[in-house]
Amino acid sequence: MNDAGEPGYNFAYLDESTKRMIRRAILKAIAIPGYQVPFGSREMPLAYGWGTGGIQITAAVIGADDVLKVIDQGADDTTNAVSIRRFFARVAGVETTERTAEASIIQTRHRIPERRLSDGQILVYQVPIPEPLRFIEPRETETRKMHALVEYGAMHVKLYEDVAAHGRITTSYNYPVLVNGRYVMSPSPIPKFDNPKMDMMPALQLFGAGREKRIYAIPPYTPVKSLDFEDHPFSVERSDRPCALCGATDTFLDEIVADDRGGRIFVCSDSDRCGEQRDQVASGDGAAP
Amino acid sequence: MYVAVKGGEKAIDAALDLLARRRRGDDAVPELSVDQIDAQLSLAVDRVMTEGSLYDRQLGALAVKQARGDLVEAAFLLRAYRTTLPRFGFSEPLDTARMALARRISAAFKDLPGGQILGPTFDYTHRLLDFALLAEGRPSVTDVVRHAAGEVQPAMPRVTDLLADEGLIERDGDMTGAPADITRDPPHHPAPRDARLQALSRGDEGFLLALAYSTQRGYGGNHPFAGEIRYGEVAVHLHVEELGFAVDIGDIEATECQMINQFKGGGDVPPQFTRGYGLAFGHAERKAMSMALVDRALRAGEFGEEAASPAQDEEFVLSHCDNVDASGFVQHLKLPHYVDFQAELLAVRALRAAFQDKEAAQ
Repeated sequence: MNDAGEPGYNFAYLDESTKRMIRRAILKAIAIPGYQVPFGSREMPLAYGWGTGGIQITAAVIGADDVLKVIDQGADDTTNAVSIRRFFARVAGVETTERTAEASIIQTRHRIPERRLSDGQILVYQVPIPEPLRFIEPRETETRKMHALVEYGAMHVKLYEDVAAHGRITTSYNYPVLVNGRYVMSPSPIPKFDNPKMDMMPALQLFGAGREKRIYAIPPYTPVKSLDFEDHPFSVERSDRPCALCGATDTFLDEIVADDRGGRIFVCSDSDRCGEQRDQVASGDGAAP
Repeated sequence: MYVAVKGGEKAIDAALDLLARRRRGDDAVPELSVDQIDAQLSLAVDRVMTEGSLYDRQLGALAVKQARGDLVEAAFLLRAYRTTLPRFGFSEPLDTARMALARRISAAFKDLPGGQILGPTFDYTHRLLDFALLAEGRPSVTDVVRHAAGEVQPAMPRVTDLLADEGLIERDGDMTGAPADITRDPPHHPAPRDARLQALSRGDEGFLLALAYSTQRGYGGNHPFAGEIRYGEVAVHLHVEELGFAVDIGDIEATECQMINQFKGGGDVPPQFTRGYGLAFGHAERKAMSMALVDRALRAGEFGEEAASPAQDEEFVLSHCDNVDASGFVQHLKLPHYVDFQAELLAVRALRAAFQDKEAAQ
C-alpha cells in the first residue's frame, strides 16, 4: 500500500476509489478540452482556496516514480508551495525537485514556468473560480447554458467595455481563452503574459478547482487562443527593465519594494529559470541577453 | 533583498512551533483534557460534530482542543478526517418519534400527549454572569436538578404526526430509494430536497441564523410556528445486506425542529399546513430552528410562491452555507498574489502613461 508515505493513509493520501473517480473526471476533461467537468471533490487536510483542486489532481495522477515540482507565484520557496510539496513528500514519499526540466508533474498557482515544457510532463493548475463567465453571470445554471449554446457574446461585451472606457482591454490576469475553438475557459489567475504558453503546449495541462468541484483540461498540442478583437489584438505587457539578478529581458518580473523612497527592484518570478540563467552567465557559456 | 521571501520552510516550522505553544498557553495552568471539553463544553462539541458532519464526541472534543476553541477550524479538522473514512452505506431514516427525550416543547399547542418538557435549556435563565462559577470545585447543582438529570422521558408522538393524522399538514417526504450524498457527488441545481437538507445540516450556524432571521423580517416570510422542538437520544439503524434486515448500531444525540408553516392547497389538494425541517447532532436548537426556516424558504418554488429573497435562492444559499468552503476561500486572500498584482500594476501604469500623453497633447 504505502511504504514510503504517511502511516495510516493510502499512497498520496486519497483512497483508490476516490482517485479512480478523479481520473475519470480527468479523462472526460481531456476528451472535451476546456469543458468544466463536475467531480466529487473531497475535503482535503489543506484549506479550500489553498490549492485543494490541484492537490486532488496531483494525488490522482502521481505515481511512486514521479518527480514533483510545486510553485506558487512562479517560485518554489513561497510558503504555500513549500507546504504542498511537503504534503506530497510526506503522504507519497515521492522525489521532489525545484528544476522545471526534471519534474514529471508541476503543480502551479498563478504562473506557467518560463522554460518550454516538454512531451510527457503534466502541468497541474490550482484554480479558484473555474467559471470564466462567473463575474458576468453568478448563476451556475445560467453559465452552463451559455457554454452549451456557445453564447459568449457577454464576454466580448465585457472586453469591449474596456476598450470603450480605456482604449484597450485592461484585463491583466485570468485573461479568458478559447480552447480548441469551442469552450471559453479561465486560464486560472496567471498573468496574461503566460497565456501564449498555453497554445500548442507539448505538456498536458490539468486544472483543478476543489471548492467549486470542477476539473478541466487542455490536451497536449491543443490550440488555445486569448480572446480579442481584430482591431484590438491580444497583446502582452512587458516590463521595460531586465531582471536585476540574471539580466533576463524575456521573463515575467516581480517588483520588489526596496525602500520607502520609490526604490524598486525587478526580479524573475520564475525562481528556477532565474537561477539557471545566473548559472549560465557565471559559467560564461550563455551571454546575458 | 530577494532573500526576504526565501526560507519558507523554516518559517513554517517556526510558525507550527509557536502555534503549539499558544495552544498550550500558560504552563502554570493545568492542561485541558478532551474529556473535560466533551463534558463541560458539550455544545461546542455538538456544533463541531454537526458542521464537521461526523458524530464522534471524542474526536469532536479533540478538534476543539487542537483548534484552540476556534469552532469553524475544529469543524474543518473533523471534515478533513471524515473524508478519509470508508463509506459503508446509509442508515434507515431516524425514527425521531421513538427518541428518548431530554427536552420537548411545542409552541403550537398548550398541552399534548407526553406534555411539554423544558429539559436543559438556556431559555429561562436570566443572562446574569454567575460569579459563583469563578470559584472552582463547588457543586452548584440543586437537589431537584440532580434528581431529574438521570431521567429520560419515554417516546412520545411528534406534533406533526398528530396533525398529519387529520390531514392538516403535508406528509413527510418520500423516503424510498437511496438518498443523495453531497459528500460524494458534485452539486447540481435545482437540488432535490434531500441534498438541500444535507447541505443545510452541515451549513454554518451563523449564516443560517442570519438567513432565517431575514425571512422573519419580510425577506421571504413563511409564517412559521415552532410545531415541535425535541432533543434526546435516538437509535440509528443500518440495513445490513448480508442479514437482510436493519440492525441498531447505536444511539446518537440529536435535536429536531419541525416548523409548521402557512397553509397551501388549491386545485385538487385541500388546504393544509406545510413543513420546514431541521436536524442537528447533539443539542443545537438555534441551528435546527434556523435550518427549518431556511428549508421552508427554499421550498418556495414547490408551492408556487414568489422567490425574490436571498433565503429563497437555492444557488445562493447552498453555494455559500458551508463554512469550510467559505473560510478557506476568504482566507486564501492571505496567500501571495503578487504576480497578479504585478500584472495589474503594469496595466495601470500603462493606462496612466496613455492618459498623461493625451493630457500633454491637448
